[in-house]
Amino acid sequence: MALALEGSQALARTVALCRPQVVAAYPITPQTHIVEGIAKLVADGHLACEMVSVESEHSAASVALGAAAAGSRAYTASASQGILLMAEVLYDISGLRIPLVMTCANRALSGPLNIWNDQQDSMSMRDSGWIQLYCATNQEAVDTTVQAFRIAERCELPVMVCVDGFTLTHTLEPLELPTAEQVDGFLPVYSFRHGLDPADPRSLGTLVGPEHFSEVRHAHHQAMMRAQTEIEQADADWAAVVGRHCGGLVEARGDPEARLGILTLGSVLGTLEDAMDSDPELPRARFIKLRSFRPFPAEALRRACEGLDHLIVLERALSPGAGGIVGPEVQTALIEMEEPPRVHNYAAGLGGRDLSLDLYSRIVQAVFGAERPREFAIIDAEPDLLPESDR
Amino acid sequence: MNEQPLHDLDTLRARQPRFRGLESGHRACQGCGEALAARLTTEAAGPDVVVANATGCLEVFTTPWPQSAWRLPWIHSVFGNTAAVAAGMEAALKQQGRATQVLAFAGDGGTFDIGFQALSGMMERGHDVLFVCFDNEAYMNTGVQRSGSTPHAAMTTTSPPGELRMGKRHMKKDILSIIAAHHIPYAATASVAYPSDLRKKVRRAMDTEGASFLQIHSPCPLGWGHDGAKTIEVARLAVQTGLFPVIEMERGELIGTLPIREPRPVSDYLKLQNRFRHLFASEYRARKELEHLQAIANRNIERFELRGVGPETYDTEGADTVHRGGDRWA
Repeated sequence: MALALEGSQALARTVALCRPQVVAAYPITPQTHIVEGIAKLVADGHLACEMVSVESEHSAASVALGAAAAGSRAYTASASQGILLMAEVLYDISGLRIPLVMTCANRALSGPLNIWNDQQDSMSMRDSGWIQLYCATNQEAVDTTVQAFRIAERCELPVMVCVDGFTLTHTLEPLELPTAEQVDGFLPVYSFRHGLDPADPRSLGTLVGPEHFSEVRHAHHQAMMRAQTEIEQADADWAAVVGRHCGGLVEARGDPEARLGILTLGSVLGTLEDAMDSDPELPRARFIKLRSFRPFPAEALRRACEGLDHLIVLERALSPGAGGIVGPEVQTALIEMEEPPRVHNYAAGLGGRDLSLDLYSRIVQAVFGAERPREFAIIDAEPDLLPESDR
Repeated sequence: MNEQPLHDLDTLRARQPRFRGLESGHRACQGCGEALAARLTTEAAGPDVVVANATGCLEVFTTPWPQSAWRLPWIHSVFGNTAAVAAGMEAALKQQGRATQVLAFAGDGGTFDIGFQALSGMMERGHDVLFVCFDNEAYMNTGVQRSGSTPHAAMTTTSPPGELRMGKRHMKKDILSIIAAHHIPYAATASVAYPSDLRKKVRRAMDTEGASFLQIHSPCPLGWGHDGAKTIEVARLAVQTGLFPVIEMERGELIGTLPIREPRPVSDYLKLQNRFRHLFASEYRARKELEHLQAIANRNIERFELRGVGPETYDTEGADTVHRGGDRWA
C-alpha cells in the first residue's frame, strides 16, 4: 500500500526497519527531519537503538565508527558543512574498512552560506573511499537505504546514500515502504569479522608504514571495484523481494533509439523526463542515470552509451578552475568505445537554483549538431548579474 | 623450588600475577612515562575492556604494523575523536547487553586541545567510559611543540626562549576545573611516581557508572630533557612541589588528595629538566619566572589543601596483589 510520506520520514522509517543498534547524528539542514524521525521512533519504543545526539558531525561519524567496530550496525546522516567536518573521519572509516551507512541530504557548501540543494558536498568526498549511490526519487532512496546496509556489510565498505536535499528530503509523495519481514529476510544480523572483542583482541587502525601502505590502498581500491557486483546483486535481490529496481550501477531510460544522451545523478532526472514528455516537438533523449558514482562503473556506462552521438553530462557540482567533476570521468570511460559520443559537460541547479522544465530544451539546443564538445559552463548562471570584471 | 631457570622469559611471564594489557617490546623511548602509565592503567583495568586510542606517541610506538604491543581489543581512529569513538563503542556494547568496559586513551593534545570538544560531549552525555589523559605536557609525537597543557615558561620547539620570550607565555590550562564543571561521577589525577594510587584510581573509575576522567602526569625524557632513569624522581617532584596536584573529585567536588607534608621548592623539580634550563640563567627575567612558578605551586597547595598534617603518605595503599585486577584473570 502506498503511503503519502515526506522523504525524510520515509527514510527514518526505512532506517529503523534495518535495525541499527547505534545512530549518531548532529542536526543540519536539510538532514534534520531524518534524524528527528529516528529519534521519535526510538523515543516511542519502535526501534531498540542507542540514539547518540552528539556535539558535532566529527563526533557523529566517530561514534558510528566506534559502534560498528564494536559489533553493532551503525547509521548516521549529514549534509554540506557536516560532511566536510566529518571528512577526516570518513576517510578513516573507509580506510579501516568499517561497514556503516550514511545518508547525505545533498546541499551546497559555504561560502557564501547556502542551505539549498546541490551535490558539492558528496562530490567533495569523491576520493574518500566510500561507496556513493545517488537516488533519483524517494522510492529509490528508501530501497537504496535497505540495499546499502547489505552492500556495506558484505563488502566491508561504508556506503553514502545521496539524496537531494529539499527536492527529495522535504517532498511528500506516495511511497511503498517495505515490511519488517521483507527487510529482515534481506538483511542478515550485523556481523563484522574485524570487530573489537576482548575474547579475540586485535588492533585496528595501527601505524602502517611505506612497506605496507600501498597494499592497503590497493586492497581498498580492489574492494571498491568488486563492490560493483554486490551493488547490482543487492538491487536485483531486493527487486525480487519488493518488485522495484533502483537501476543497479547505471540505468539507461527514455528513448532507446535516441542519438542524444543526458547523464545525471539524483533527482534532476525526473524533471528532464517530464520536460521531454511534455513536448513531442523536442528532440528525444536517452537518459543515463548514474546511480553508483563510486565505484565508477566504466564498463556498464559504456554499454549504456552505446549508439549515442552526443552525451550531455549535467551535474550539480563543479571543480572551479577545471570544470565538471563527473564529466571528465565519463569522457575518460567512454574513450575506449569504438565510436564514443561527444561529451558536453554542464553544471546546473547550484545552491538550490530551480531546475525548471525549460532546462531540457536549453541544454539540448546548446549541443545540438555541435561539431566539437561544448565548453563547460554553469548553464543556468546569469553572468549579466555580475560586475563586468566577474563575467 | 623449581628447576626452570629464573631468567627464562616465558616462565617469568607465566608467573606474572597481573594481566598485562600492554606488552613489552614496544618502541617507546627509555624512561617513557606514558608507556609506564599505560601499562599500569591496563593492568588495573584487566582484559575485559576495549580501548580507543588517540593519535600520538602511544599509538605510534605500540602498533607499527604488523606488530602490536596490545593484548586488548584496541582501535585508533584520528587525533581528535577518541572520546567519540569510545562513546560509540560504549553505546554498541550497551545495546548488545555486554559488560565489557570502555577506555579512551589520549595525550594532552588529544585531551586539552584537539580532542576536547569530543571529550566534553562524551562527558555531558554521560557515557560509561574511562577517559585517560597521559599528560606529558606538550605535543611529543610531532617533536615537542607546546600544547594547552604545557606549563608556563617551559621551553618547547614552538615556545622557545629568546630575547623576547621566556618559554611558553601562557598558563597550563586548568583542565581540572573544566572537567569538574561537567559534574561527572568521578575524576582524578595520578602520577606514574605513585603506581598503587594510580591503579586504585583506575579501578575506582571502572567501578563507577558513567563518565570518568583520569589525568596521569607522565614525564617525557626526550621532551622534558631529563635523564630517562629519573622519570620517577621527576614525576614525584612534580607532586611534592605542588606543581602537579594529585586529587580525586566526585561530581566536581574535591573528595581526596595525595597530601604533601613538606613541600619541595619548585627549583628542585625544574632544575632536572632542560625545558626549564633558561630559568636558571642569572638574569632578572629568569628569577621572576621562577618566582612565578613557585607562586603557581603555592596556589595549588592552597587551593586543593594539599598540605598534609599526618604522617607522610607513602604509596602503599592498595599496593598488594589481591586487588590489582590481575588475579581475577591469572
